[in-house]
Amino acid sequence: MTRKLYGPFNRVEGDLEVEVELRDGQVSAAWVNSPLYRGFEQILQGKPAEDALVYTPRICGICSVSQSIAAANALAVAQGIERPPNAELVTNLILACENLADHLTHFYLFFMPDFCRQAYASAPWHGAIAARFKAQQGSAAVSMLRARAEFMHITGILAGKWPHTMSVQPAGVTTAPTAAQKVELLAILGGFRQFLETQLFDDALESVAELASIEVLARWQVAHASSDFAAFLQLADALELHRLGRIPPRFLSYGAYGVGDDHLFARGLFDPVQGVGSFDSSQIAEDISHSWMLSQNGPKHPLLGTTSPDPEQQDGYSWCKAPRYDRQVMEVGAQARQVIDAQPLMLDLASAHDSNVKGRIVGRLLEIARLVPQMESWVRQIDPKAPFRHAAAEVDEAEGEGLVEAARGSLGHWIRVRNGRILNYQIIAPTTWNFSPRDGQGTPGALEQALVGTVVGNDGKTDVAIQHIVRSFDPCMVCTVH
Amino acid sequence: MSFTVLWLQSGGCGGCSMSLLNAEAPDLYTRLRSAGIELLWHPSLSEASLDEFVALLEAIVAGEQALDALCLEGSVMRGPNGTGRFHMLAGTGKPMMWWLAKLAEKARHTIAIGSCAAFGGITAAGDNPGDAIGLQYEGKRPGGLLGDGWRSPAGYPVINVAGCPTHPDWVTDLLAQLALGDVDADALDELSRPTTYTDHLVHHGCARNEFYEYKASAEQLGDKGCMMEHKGCLGTQARADCNIRPWNGAGSCLDGGYPCINCTAPEFESPRHRFTDTPKIAGIPVGLPTDMPKAWFVALASLSKAATPQRLKDNATASIIVTPPGQRKKAGDT
Repeated sequence: MTRKLYGPFNRVEGDLEVEVELRDGQVSAAWVNSPLYRGFEQILQGKPAEDALVYTPRICGICSVSQSIAAANALAVAQGIERPPNAELVTNLILACENLADHLTHFYLFFMPDFCRQAYASAPWHGAIAARFKAQQGSAAVSMLRARAEFMHITGILAGKWPHTMSVQPAGVTTAPTAAQKVELLAILGGFRQFLETQLFDDALESVAELASIEVLARWQVAHASSDFAAFLQLADALELHRLGRIPPRFLSYGAYGVGDDHLFARGLFDPVQGVGSFDSSQIAEDISHSWMLSQNGPKHPLLGTTSPDPEQQDGYSWCKAPRYDRQVMEVGAQARQVIDAQPLMLDLASAHDSNVKGRIVGRLLEIARLVPQMESWVRQIDPKAPFRHAAAEVDEAEGEGLVEAARGSLGHWIRVRNGRILNYQIIAPTTWNFSPRDGQGTPGALEQALVGTVVGNDGKTDVAIQHIVRSFDPCMVCTVH
Repeated sequence: MSFTVLWLQSGGCGGCSMSLLNAEAPDLYTRLRSAGIELLWHPSLSEASLDEFVALLEAIVAGEQALDALCLEGSVMRGPNGTGRFHMLAGTGKPMMWWLAKLAEKARHTIAIGSCAAFGGITAAGDNPGDAIGLQYEGKRPGGLLGDGWRSPAGYPVINVAGCPTHPDWVTDLLAQLALGDVDADALDELSRPTTYTDHLVHHGCARNEFYEYKASAEQLGDKGCMMEHKGCLGTQARADCNIRPWNGAGSCLDGGYPCINCTAPEFESPRHRFTDTPKIAGIPVGLPTDMPKAWFVALASLSKAATPQRLKDNATASIIVTPPGQRKKAGDT
């Protein structure tokens, strides 16, 4: 039995270290460490409540808009106000733009380059994959960057800039797109659709969105073999990525893209035994028994929890806390969202092979195909003459909860305000769920479980599998260690 | 010979890297390639990970690998108690600040990417729980990790590409100019920021300038009027070309309906009042343009306020143009 330390991982946002215990070349246990601490929750204490809209987006440069929306939602609850329908459309568009740009960045820049490594040089598929996806050099790199940058013009119009906008406010949005900008937004989406339909999918988005089973996907993969998605699916077959990073499908989604009282992608839970269930945020508690945090009396709901670093904490091995839902470990992200929304292919994949590396990737790409047509519809629904915001409100004493689905999964902000200032602010980020350390019962977090059983060989050199598993979650460590 | 760049991240959000990916016409890779820049390693863009990356750092420290520019994104995490334990570089058992000091000795240029790396930035806000500092500044105070007197092997202080986040062009312009050998003492301002963008004020090219001229002011975020009088806008003082060089094709904070918070300046993160409020004394904003006599500003402001066209008064407090210039024919008019 040996132990091996992996780090630093790149092509994840932020810094990450993983320690594994190896038995006969297989991972028998894993410990995930987020080695950076910044202290946003401490920084926010005592600040004017509205200033959360300046600070919290800067928790993360890749999920900045999600942080904005979580903060604005929490303040809106505290202030007892709502946004007009136009603001809901604009907010959904900005969030969808960030989330899809993140999915694209993950697929092309973070995840696929690992298959171009020398370690795979003898594989029959290696030449074609490396020509397309090699870091900085593959043919996809430049066309993907161009498509992404042009797509992000949506944030230029609707949010002023990306990252770090202040355009999403509790009472609405600060931009009011004109009739001309509305047409421009449609043109941008048309350009993005063209990239997706010619390069990523080689098929109409609507057809990809309707893929309904593993069998249909297998036929699709043959018919659209020249697409980047099919290239991944071929790899996934060759390397059996559905067996890699496998854990029971226990999923959580706060519900994505508010439409009236409902969500485009449903809010809820998924459990391998009971299927889809309903979500109650009072069941969330953060455990810090294995975090470098000053000990508290048992797991706490984030409205009551605090964040006080203590590097000397004896059982601590990460700056990350361990959030649990009804004491259960949950996995969040696009795969979770799409399963909870009962997308048929995703349900089929989860029932056949649980949660795994392939499902996480397919969930993201499917989400791109489902969301872009919806974005086009949202733009058409914007009424440039109707209001985009209500009058701003202020609040003296209140509390609020702001929930949103970032690209990587469920993000929550909890705020308590006294005398107009922040008394307590707690944040649970998506990767806090996925990359949490063990809890008080000794139950490892989702990644820690997903790594167990991975074959890496005793010399640890053939460790690419570990990298595939880690990156399949699209971790955002800077959010985690806010 | 290519110009080699190593890009590291510490106490920050990664937003300057993400913003860099927004470079366009041409895209980031084409820009770097055309300037002869080789990214030895970047956290989001390179294949090398784990041991391969640590080996690269060791080769640079040992002088076996030449390095033209060390870029740091994010602040230097000095806490707790000066140990640097708030950011240990994964897999190395050493604090990031130890690596930074070693690498800065070898790199021909050291560059702070973003206001966190330059001055501490957002990470240093509030009580600064992480004891976050910049590479050569601690807020407004010179010093930081490397010390006021420190100079790179090329003879420069740390070059501070300040901003939260940085515009992609601010970064690619500087790297390309360094690669060309076009950077001299005049290329940096009093805080060692590239003058390519700090010789401008955010005010320059602001689409709200007509409202500013007549002091027709916004009352709420999203109103079309000038945000200086009531909404905390610092665009007349902030050093950057945000309204000359568009963000994401078409935007800026001002175009987005919210004020400039002067994010290229040290200590912008702690304004001592709400970011979206303008502090005033006897009804007059305290932060007036710095290079104009205050009495003149007040005199001109009251004159222009008296002359404000009705059109600007109407539009200043609306989120869309309610009174356009000119007279419009109504549908059905003949």
